[in-house]
Amino acid sequence: MKTVNLEKEKKSARSASLTTGNLLFRLLGLFIFDAGALWLGLNLLFDGYWPFAAIILVITILINVIWLRPEAYPLRWMSPGLAFMILISVYPIIYTVYISFTNYGTGNLLPKVQAIEVLEKRTFLPEKGADYNTALYTNDAGEFALWLQPKDGAEGFLVLPGQRVTSIHVGAFDPDGFPEQLAGWERVSKRDMLKAISQLQDVEFGEPPNVVKLTGLNTAAEKKQRYVYDEEQDAIVDRATDIIYYADDVMGAFVAEDGKALIPGYTVGVGFKNYNRFISNPAFRGPLFLIFIWNVTFAFLSVLFAFSLGLLIAIAFGRDMPAKKLIKSLLIIPFAIPGVLTILVWKGLWNPINGAVATTLAGWLGMSSLNVFADPIGVKVALLIVNVWLAYPYFMLITSGALQAIPQDMYEAADLDGAGAWAQFKNLTFPLLLVGVGPLLIASFIANFNTFNVIFLFNGGGPPMVGTPTPAGHSDILISYVYRLAFASAGQDFGYASAITVIIFFVLAAVTLYQYRYMKVWEEVGESV
Amino acid sequence: MSSFQETHELSRWQKFWQSQKNQRRVTIAFKLVLAFFVLGFSLYPVLYTVSSAFSSTQGVSRQLVPDDPTLNNFRRILFEEPFWLWIWNTTKIALIASVLAGAITTLTAYSFSRFRFRGRSQLLLLILMIQVFPALLAMVALFALLTQLGQFIPSMGINSHGGLILIYLGGAMGINIWLMKGFFDSIPRDIDESAMVDGATHWQTFRYLIFPLVRPIVVVVVILTFFGVYGDWLLPRIMLTQSNLYTLMLGLQIFIGDNYGQNWSVFAAGAVLGSLLPITVYLLLQDYIVGGLTAGSVKG
Repeated sequence: MKTVNLEKEKKSARSASLTTGNLLFRLLGLFIFDAGALWLGLNLLFDGYWPFAAIILVITILINVIWLRPEAYPLRWMSPGLAFMILISVYPIIYTVYISFTNYGTGNLLPKVQAIEVLEKRTFLPEKGADYNTALYTNDAGEFALWLQPKDGAEGFLVLPGQRVTSIHVGAFDPDGFPEQLAGWERVSKRDMLKAISQLQDVEFGEPPNVVKLTGLNTAAEKKQRYVYDEEQDAIVDRATDIIYYADDVMGAFVAEDGKALIPGYTVGVGFKNYNRFISNPAFRGPLFLIFIWNVTFAFLSVLFAFSLGLLIAIAFGRDMPAKKLIKSLLIIPFAIPGVLTILVWKGLWNPINGAVATTLAGWLGMSSLNVFADPIGVKVALLIVNVWLAYPYFMLITSGALQAIPQDMYEAADLDGAGAWAQFKNLTFPLLLVGVGPLLIASFIANFNTFNVIFLFNGGGPPMVGTPTPAGHSDILISYVYRLAFASAGQDFGYASAITVIIFFVLAAVTLYQYRYMKVWEEVGESV
Repeated sequence: MSSFQETHELSRWQKFWQSQKNQRRVTIAFKLVLAFFVLGFSLYPVLYTVSSAFSSTQGVSRQLVPDDPTLNNFRRILFEEPFWLWIWNTTKIALIASVLAGAITTLTAYSFSRFRFRGRSQLLLLILMIQVFPALLAMVALFALLTQLGQFIPSMGINSHGGLILIYLGGAMGINIWLMKGFFDSIPRDIDESAMVDGATHWQTFRYLIFPLVRPIVVVVVILTFFGVYGDWLLPRIMLTQSNLYTLMLGLQIFIGDNYGQNWSVFAAGAVLGSLLPITVYLLLQDYIVGGLTAGSVKG
């Protein structure tokens, strides 16, 4: 009895010391994490990025709870994954919704605090400004230096572009008050100075922010801060022109009375403006509707054809096939090559002048040349062929896997009942197959709904539609249209792009929930958990 | 006369068809014809790329067998273009992202498999549901996220490999969790329990008992993630604008751009070189990969 007790005591003592060490280690880790998060969060907040700061706060609280509460022990294992998931998967969805209610985009990219900072850094050269008399010096390397003699009679000093020289040996001064000798530097003669002046008139001498520029042959002036923010009036004063720009928090810019706005503006909420743009405006809605129809058609037909072809091959090459393994291996090759490369190869094959597929097809159809890239219907057919080519090996692989999982004795029973091959396929193989691969078909539909690479790399969504307010193409799907709005055109319209993204989110969610409910997948998933 | 002949011929055909051996022969012949067409459809673009890589004409050509095969295109892509820099960038990003993602996935799957806690099944469903919204749909938000983060941590901002890796890690909590959890579930819990009785902690049980058993699937997940990142083009396209940071796919795509006439054969050479690694690995691991693909669909 006694020994057992002793053993127990030893064990609990050991585990106690283990837990204390463990706890210290955990607290230290948390402290480092919290310190980093605090630093990042505060910085984000000071720069006006409050949504990002808020999500950092959420993640930090979550991590602390997980690592401090004993009952959250299982979550400790997945805490890095959860943190990344919240930051990279969940937060962007929320943030997209947020952006869709703002004017975030070219000219309005910064929060107000930062727009003010940018404006306040701008400088100007006061007209007729001449704070200094100057003399120009040069060295053996051909660099220039400027001796500045303040007009108020203070002591002069030497400046280089971007730098102020603090210690240099100065010899005697000439009658004008400039050094005759400077170690390593030689005074530039009047004649040479005329030559040099053209390349020197834009050079900023001295250490920022105290920068001077030449204003004449022998004079220089200090550059001054141009815009000053006045917190009381919530306005920016232009010291060069004395115009006052008042903050317009509806438009997201500082605007003068005559309507002139300062660039950059800043990000503000615009309510439902981005959504209204295409709900109320037929010019916006029109192309979007066409794009949506084509998007659904494209995704549906791609999955249908690729699945049918994959299934046909899986059944045909399933059993009783010579060189089965070799054929399957060969069919995996196109699947293994990165899609980007094969799409670009297909683009070459459809090239109207020399592309092998385009020229051969043109010959068969009796046409002189076949340019699918310029034809709204042709490009869609070509895209479907390319996409089916890309997708069907996947369906071949998953259906042949699923076919093998169907118990063989079911076929034997069907044979006994005298069911023919077609009847067996229709009543036995196909329904059982759908149970297995149904969820993957839906997942594949969604993947093809958003298959950006094919559309964008093949023809960039073209040929372009005529007369649309924002550029749209006949083969564009929603996501390539959004991409162009957000990144490709000259003026980036993130707000509008996000509004359309939010609508795609809703469409996707509706399609998914409806289909999953139809397939009763949720219950199955729920059970298998 | 004629009707007699017809019935006679029909019976000959029937006779032929009645023999199971002949039936089998016809079916196989039909299957071989199908295989011929399918293989032609599937492999034609691949063979065409290989042939273009050896072609001495610069632009897109119609020939499948080049007139005057040359190695010049390979010499150009390997030594005159920053091919090795692209390979190095891609390998670095894909390796870091896939190993870290593999670690995250393994730890998470272990927890889902071995612990029972409140909200467990809801969390599993949430992970599945978030997958419905591909990361690239939120590209504007991701772009903004990296821009803002990069102002304070430049190595994780726009134009950094760190930022790109960060985004790939966000996708680590996905369908792979389900795949791995299934594997963990198939390992009897008796192993854990006996270890626990001996005083092992959860971490020790995981590290020394369970992990060695699931290592093969972890390797497969890491490899699949590696090639997912390897073949990605869009995220690098959005997040990287400096040419010295380009990945292989982005480099090759921008290299060819709209200029198919000039660079086609060199691009083809690059495509062949860039495909060698994934093709080799997929062929070696095809059974695992098929297993991984079907695990979600086929139960039991």
